[in-house]
Amino acid sequence: MSRIWSAGRLTYLALAITALMSIFPIYWMFVVASRTSDAMGQVPPPVTPGGNLGANIARLFENTDAYFLTGLINSAIVATSVTVSVVFFSTLAGFAFAKLRFRGRNALLLVIVATMMVPTQLGVIPLYMLMTKLNWNDRLPAVIVPALVTGFGVFMMRQYAGQAVSTELIEAARMDGCNSARIYWNVVLPALRPAAAVLGLLTFMTTWNDFLWPYAVLNDPENPTVQLSLRALSDGYYQDMSQVFTGTAIATLPLLLVFIVFGRQIIGGIMEGAVKA
Amino acid sequence: MAVQLDARPPVAPAPRTARPSRRHRLSRFDTKYSPYLYVAPFFLLFGVFGLYPLIYTFWVSLHDWDLLGTNPAFIGFDNYTALMGDPDFWHAVVNTLGIFVISTVPQLLLALWLANLLNRQLRARTTWRMAVLIPNVTSTAAVAIVFAVLFGREFGMINWLLDHVGIDAINWKANRFASWVAISTMVDWRWTGYNALIFLAAMQAIPRDLYESASIDGANRSRQFWSITVPLLKPTIVFAVIISTIGGLQLFTEPRLFNSGTNAIRGGPLRESQTVTMYMFENAFAPNYNFGYGSAVAWLLFALIAVVAAVNVLLLRRLGGGAGKEDT
Repeated sequence: MSRIWSAGRLTYLALAITALMSIFPIYWMFVVASRTSDAMGQVPPPVTPGGNLGANIARLFENTDAYFLTGLINSAIVATSVTVSVVFFSTLAGFAFAKLRFRGRNALLLVIVATMMVPTQLGVIPLYMLMTKLNWNDRLPAVIVPALVTGFGVFMMRQYAGQAVSTELIEAARMDGCNSARIYWNVVLPALRPAAAVLGLLTFMTTWNDFLWPYAVLNDPENPTVQLSLRALSDGYYQDMSQVFTGTAIATLPLLLVFIVFGRQIIGGIMEGAVKA
Repeated sequence: MAVQLDARPPVAPAPRTARPSRRHRLSRFDTKYSPYLYVAPFFLLFGVFGLYPLIYTFWVSLHDWDLLGTNPAFIGFDNYTALMGDPDFWHAVVNTLGIFVISTVPQLLLALWLANLLNRQLRARTTWRMAVLIPNVTSTAAVAIVFAVLFGREFGMINWLLDHVGIDAINWKANRFASWVAISTMVDWRWTGYNALIFLAAMQAIPRDLYESASIDGANRSRQFWSITVPLLKPTIVFAVIISTIGGLQLFTEPRLFNSGTNAIRGGPLRESQTVTMYMFENAFAPNYNFGYGSAVAWLLFALIAVVAAVNVLLLRRLGGGAGKEDT
């Protein structure tokens, strides 16, 4: 059996090449970010870091097209609010679907699964009109409020709650006079913590990366998310590539840090979700 | 349980029973209605900001509706008829399908191959998995900008590498097919590792004794892969194909940021790499602000996604032959 499952030198070689191709564009982004703008025209292209990162960062934050610092702060606000909300509402609804009995439960759950297949991105035009009515155009609620819940989150928490939360514990708490809100807070939420953390990480990363909807609704160049700052940099009339790449590197850095620290949990979450789907 | 409580004889004085019964009523109220309270936020918010806009898109598409939206005129299916004869729309449809095909097919095959490699006894297992997943967690916009530079005509690294093997510099943005390849490369770079982990998870659920008995019967590794792994993975493959179809046909960020400058939303001066979602944006928002026409594009794209997803599922069913019933 071990012969079938063993990994030979070719396996490691193939994996090493794949890993190199995965990491190289990210690495190269940091290389260009740390060099002067003439790095772009050099032959052969430079592949080692230079010493110009500090100066590039200074110029980036002074760039009056990109509003990069505002973009970073806005993205942090948006991604954090959306993450807290998605985790809260998903664990709450997931608990109800997994552990409480109510009429229409299975039908409603089916609706939630179906929403995961709906290309909601195609509704941007009326959504834009709605935001105009609410006077949220160019303001952060326009990108926060529509993202406060996801069908994926509810479904993931429901699947996890089914196995991780003990029904006996819930019954015991109920006997002790706990209402369902207290059961959620004292019994369910602690049990769901590992999966809720993964959901939170995935949500934070997706929201931080979101481009299409902010691009549609945040048209004020002085109030962008960080991804829109990147667009402004890349579409700029005058392109200084080392500065643009400094922007992309800074916008990617928080995600990389999250991934390096919590990579194992994120991989576990993705793979567990796949088996159950 | 509840019935027993009700059946308790009223021996205690009135004020004393009032308390438990009130509490009891509260708890019945709690078990009956609080589940709805807990699932309601999802349905309310999704209804207002997800489903309603999608459906209302259809209503808007039946109107001559501009940015101001004062008294939009009902024009029936005129927007759709106009779209049918709109060469720019069909150009975007062909671009989208082209990018979809040349990105998805290699992506899923590579992901299967990669999952098969990761499914062996490896040292530093988690590190390898992280290495293949890392493209998926990076910022899409950032990566699109980086790849646009890598695929630059004069100073791009790809052309520099191609030059070493004797291939002349390719103008990745101005050549329509080349731009498809460049954008597909970005998409595959981002999603191959993710799909590989999904496939890997499904592979690990396959009982090992199937492989053992196959190897006793003399089936080599590649034979086992094609006649055990792949057929048992079919539900997961179908799932991955559907997700890739929904995502791939709505592709926007990569092609939008692959292009820069004034023609960016058109995917280049001759719309070399404009996808349908970009065409929807061009019409609905700057520069055209024609909500009605843009909405018609959105609904036709919706229909296209449904058709392509259905065709893919049917194709996969066919390919698998008589593998029998599966739950997807």
